Amino acid sequence: MTWDTIANIMIGGVLTGLVYALMALGLSVIFGVIKVVNFAHGEMMALAMYAAFVIFSTYGLDPLLATPIIAGGLFLIGYIMQRALVAPFVTRPEHEQFILLLAVAILLVNGLLLIFGPDAQSVMVEYGFDSFEVGPLILDKVKVYAAAASIAVALSLLLFFKYTRTGKAIRACSDNLRGAQVVGLNIKNLYALTFGLGAACVGAAGCLLSMLVDITPMLAPELTLLAFIIVIIGGLGSLSGALLGGVLIGASEALAGLLITPSMKSLFSFGLLILVLAIRPQGLLGKRSS
Amino acid sequence: MLKVENLHLYYGDAQALSDVSLNVPDGEIVAIVGANGAGKSSLIRTLAGIEKPAQGTITFDGQDITGQPSYKVCELGLGQVAEGRQIFPSMTIKENLEMGAVINRGRAHAERNFERATTIFPRLKERLDQAAGTLSGGEQQMLAIGRCLMGEPKMIMFDEPSLGLAPALVQEVFQVIHRLNDEGITVVLVEQNVAVSLKMANHAYVLENGHMVMEGTGESLLNDDRVRQAYLGL
Repeated sequence: MTWDTIANIMIGGVLTGLVYALMALGLSVIFGVIKVVNFAHGEMMALAMYAAFVIFSTYGLDPLLATPIIAGGLFLIGYIMQRALVAPFVTRPEHEQFILLLAVAILLVNGLLLIFGPDAQSVMVEYGFDSFEVGPLILDKVKVYAAAASIAVALSLLLFFKYTRTGKAIRACSDNLRGAQVVGLNIKNLYALTFGLGAACVGAAGCLLSMLVDITPMLAPELTLLAFIIVIIGGLGSLSGALLGGVLIGASEALAGLLITPSMKSLFSFGLLILVLAIRPQGLLGKRSS
Repeated sequence: MLKVENLHLYYGDAQALSDVSLNVPDGEIVAIVGANGAGKSSLIRTLAGIEKPAQGTITFDGQDITGQPSYKVCELGLGQVAEGRQIFPSMTIKENLEMGAVINRGRAHAERNFERATTIFPRLKERLDQAAGTLSGGEQQMLAIGRCLMGEPKMIMFDEPSLGLAPALVQEVFQVIHRLNDEGITVVLVEQNVAVSLKMANHAYVLENGHMVMEGTGESLLNDDRVRQAYLGL
């Protein structure tokens, strides 16, 4: 094993990790504002992956170009889901929220199973085997594009929160809900927008991930779990933490594949999780709860 | 300006307000006094649309606002400086002020109201990019009042504006309330500082265990033996 190989594999892991990061960002945005954990997160991601697959196999549209469409579609689904389903549960006990979203998750996975069957599908774009060569490094073209698109989506979300009136109003709700009521913010609507934005993130991430991995319905619960691991490692509710966690998990999965075998990758992710919980329980960039 | 009739509010089975009626004429200062837990804050929150009353009607500026959500109530010009200030601690002072002007009513005059708020409280203007959570209690109260002004209110309900402030700042807050009233804003004042608020008020109400037990001009309550004993310790 040469240093070049190690570097290549690790960079591949980091690139995939950036797509994971976008997925986790969606979970973190929803939790950070609405304080509801979206237990159907990976399932929504699988829905987006199948959407990318259908659009690609029917119209031949590259998932990179389909990303805005699918993110938009998931935004609508998220918005409606919050308004119609989650909103009445926001003030109810956490286990009731859990059951509700678990039900959504089960419906989604089994719906996908019914329609597409259990076999793996894949999206094979023309440049699927191309790569960029930078000195001794060989970078998978698809991974580079997917990672770049993930960064672009994540960055625009962060800018939205920092500079737009609506973005600031969403932050205000998360900062002090009573204060948001006092100044007359429309909280129901802002919550629905937030769930929509979180869903759009996971939609974009699913669309991009469809180029990197085989798509099966059973991927969904794994992705939900992965999103949790990333968010807990990065720090619940911290957006930059979600990004860092994603990259770390991507790299650790690649390392597992390199050192042992790719099927052991969860061992490394969970190992990392346990390590973080033991040393820094609030997550790497999380704030200690008072 | 504000008329409340036979208001009842429950938290689960517990009754917080019982048959509360109240009248706030245009341009006046109306004080509501009472012990801790008498229901003063519950009343303010119900008027602001944050709690939903079980019974009764609230009319503001000729419109029935009973059971309307807070964002609609704010839109009509009923502003609030809430108990505990309720600023946005991790956002900057500038962003806090902007949040006061998200409602359409404030959006139209955002620049003018920003000038107004920062003229009344020059200290806010010096620290626009500082996180609001790092401000002192007094400065946070100024920010809360400034943020409320950004929404172009016709009437402001102040809930314990002097709570936890140094005496010099208490003085300043009351002066600001006077000034805003002189500029035409109707004021509802809920205060633990009973003597000062009765002196300021044109009219006042005494709330006990969720019931309105007394009302009268500020001066007449100030001279009432029961009020003097119960709230002024005389």
